[in-house]
Amino acid sequence: MSAAHDHHDHHPSYLAPKETLGKTIMSWVYTIDHKKIGVMYLCAVLFAFFLGGVLALGVRTHLWSPAETIVQIDPSTGEEREVQKERFFRDVTITRTVMRENEAGEKVRAQEERTFTSNNIYNRVFTLHGAVMVFLFIIPSVPAALGNFFLPLMIGAKDVAFPRLNLLSWYVYVFGSLMTLGALLGGGVETGWTFYTPYSTSTEFGQTTLVALAVFVLGFSSIFTGLNFIVTVHKMRAPGMGWFDMPLFVWAIYATSIIQVLATPVLGITVLLLAIERMFNIGIFDPAKGGDPILFQHFFWFYSHPAVYIMILPGFGIISEMITTHARKPIFGYRFVAFSSIAIAAISFLVWAHHMFTAMGELAAIIFSGLTMLVAIPTAIKVFAWVATLYKGSIALNTPMLYVLSFLFLFTIGGLTGPPLAVLSTDLHLHDTYFVVAHFHYVMMGGTVIAFIGGLHHWWPKMFGRMYNETFAKLGCLLVFVGFNLTFFTQFFLGSNGMPRRYATYVEEFQTLHQLSTIGSYILAIGLFVHLGVFVMSLLNGKKAVENPWGSLTMEWDTESPPIEHNFLHEPVATHGPYDYDQPIVPPRTKPGEWPLPDMPEGDDGANTKRGMF
Amino acid sequence: MASIPSDHNARPAAPHENPVVASHFRSKAEQEDAGKMGMWLFLTTEVLLFGGFFCAYAVFRMLYPETFEGASAKFLDWRIGAINTVVLLLSSFTVAMSIRNAQLNQQWWLRINLIITIACAIFFLVTKLWLEYWPKIVEGKLPGTFFTYSGAMTDHDQIFLSIYWTATATHGLHVLIGVFLLTWLLVRAWKLHFGPKTYLALENVGLYWHVVDLIWIFLFPLLYLV
Repeated sequence: MSAAHDHHDHHPSYLAPKETLGKTIMSWVYTIDHKKIGVMYLCAVLFAFFLGGVLALGVRTHLWSPAETIVQIDPSTGEEREVQKERFFRDVTITRTVMRENEAGEKVRAQEERTFTSNNIYNRVFTLHGAVMVFLFIIPSVPAALGNFFLPLMIGAKDVAFPRLNLLSWYVYVFGSLMTLGALLGGGVETGWTFYTPYSTSTEFGQTTLVALAVFVLGFSSIFTGLNFIVTVHKMRAPGMGWFDMPLFVWAIYATSIIQVLATPVLGITVLLLAIERMFNIGIFDPAKGGDPILFQHFFWFYSHPAVYIMILPGFGIISEMITTHARKPIFGYRFVAFSSIAIAAISFLVWAHHMFTAMGELAAIIFSGLTMLVAIPTAIKVFAWVATLYKGSIALNTPMLYVLSFLFLFTIGGLTGPPLAVLSTDLHLHDTYFVVAHFHYVMMGGTVIAFIGGLHHWWPKMFGRMYNETFAKLGCLLVFVGFNLTFFTQFFLGSNGMPRRYATYVEEFQTLHQLSTIGSYILAIGLFVHLGVFVMSLLNGKKAVENPWGSLTMEWDTESPPIEHNFLHEPVATHGPYDYDQPIVPPRTKPGEWPLPDMPEGDDGANTKRGMF
Repeated sequence: MASIPSDHNARPAAPHENPVVASHFRSKAEQEDAGKMGMWLFLTTEVLLFGGFFCAYAVFRMLYPETFEGASAKFLDWRIGAINTVVLLLSSFTVAMSIRNAQLNQQWWLRINLIITIACAIFFLVTKLWLEYWPKIVEGKLPGTFFTYSGAMTDHDQIFLSIYWTATATHGLHVLIGVFLLTWLLVRAWKLHFGPKTYLALENVGLYWHVVDLIWIFLFPLLYLV
């Protein structure tokens, strides 16, 4: 359907059902509408978040008590024997059918028993927690869900540049996710989410190859999204919108996309070589065959360190949007905030080797230590700019703003615990301890996830046309904040006292801190379920949202809530900046006939639709 | 949009005279700019993907110089590589010419150039499979577990072959994809989809084909000559 065909009286929202249920389902399955794809991504990443969260709770529950050996008396023989006290993950013995050669050289079916010890299962659970959270949840979370929905709306475009590629990226993502789920059910992975060689090339029982290939597939999805966004930002901005009139969320997503396009192929070749290595023993990474395991780490972190900024940069963008809207002030230092995103993207490619300080020469370690600390500069610029924006603002303490404040608090802790890990002398002690675990959870969860949940509340009325219950959402925010700090702040103490990460047990002295951390993780989970309840209730009987409930000045609020299928009733024209809250009169952008429409090609009535280039 | 011809006897417009603009673009220029930029970005990812192979090659050449110095002559025939290089360069020229043909509306030359390009690509693949891969498979000059070649001189011959096989097979896969893309172009050329106003698909596939050639230009000396 094109704009010319609906006669200005009937503009269904993108959520409007079609005539029959079948057609409605098909309108989602085959959709090339960025809004629907964004919503589908949202559902998928929230499911991944739930799955990863359950795995995390399993890890925390297992760590409630350390492994203990107790003496038991066998009731039948009266003998004493030492056994392991049962913990959350029990030993499991499974039988499976394998093909074996008998003495005559024939292949026959044989039953094979295999015992997963409690520790084996712990290793699998924390590996999958990491892999699911990183590859299935946090990397696509903000860009693919919120970015897909809002990037075109924010720059006044009808869609992303390549809508079919966008849909393909969703299906590729789902396919990769199913591969990961299949690996979860088919024996799991115990290498840690980093797949370090030579363990990952030699471990036999499990689905390491499948997960490596799943990561390869998921990389395509990430590249497609990033490529799409870069082209969309370059070529499809509304008339009147220059680079420095773009909302900062768009800048952040743009910087993210650059990293996605430039770094992900390297991960692709890395996991592909790992999978080939496992299948054919090609000996690239296996030292027994003359391969170089450190080469794997260089390849892996050349992607995975920039990937950390794929995760956090979109969060920065959300904070910039929420802070200006809910404090009703122009952002402090627009260009600095915009360029700091690009600076972070650029520096992110120069720091990967800080993951293996001890595997390199001293000089290289010193250079990478220095480069790592450079990241602090653009990041601090952002934090100071946000705090300065709050100063003398008209602050509304609603849920999005509470999340902004949480973010500033948590992310600052996460950021400031970075330099101790970048400095060589302290890193020697803190490397591979819970201090690192706490640090990256403060950045990833305290940063990105907090911004993501805040952004969901901020944009919820626009996405689904309903308001949410402010009281319960604030309660959820409080629980998340308290639970998060209890879970992870304790881990800073654990780590600096020498608790190594990834261990299934610990010395008794650490038990109190571990138990506090576990209690915190339950509070955090309850808080997240409160949010889920708030969203479900909002969809069921939330108050109808008006076009622009927050009085925001960015372009996505200039259309109905939820947006119509073609995004805007009229071609939007940028007539004011995204944060001109200090201007006396801000006219609405899309009143018909008030603003000059852009040059349209001669005779183009929009009727020649559907057949694109690809 | 082309206007409806007033003369009923006028021939109907060929598809290429009537370029299509997708509904989410503001103009044909915006659509073409977006298409071309998307292709360049995609090619960037291709170069980075192969960058991994070149990096691995550099690392192992540094670690085992004695293996790598002798391996080219021992395992590979530079003459076959050179012929394939010339063939790919020729195909790059013809695919570039086909864009020129579209711009000048030379529909027959367009088709002929595309056919030559496809023929070169297939020649490359056949040479690779028949003269290079097949004898190696027979002699056991294979990577990893399949390495059964008896004439190995150093411990790490196998690693050279691993890099050779993974890199050239990945490149070969790209050539194969290129054959399909070029065939798709040829079908469209037959339906008169390309002309002075519409040659974006030709240009984009042409760019892809140049990158596939370019990667070979680097693989050839590294594996066969030095």
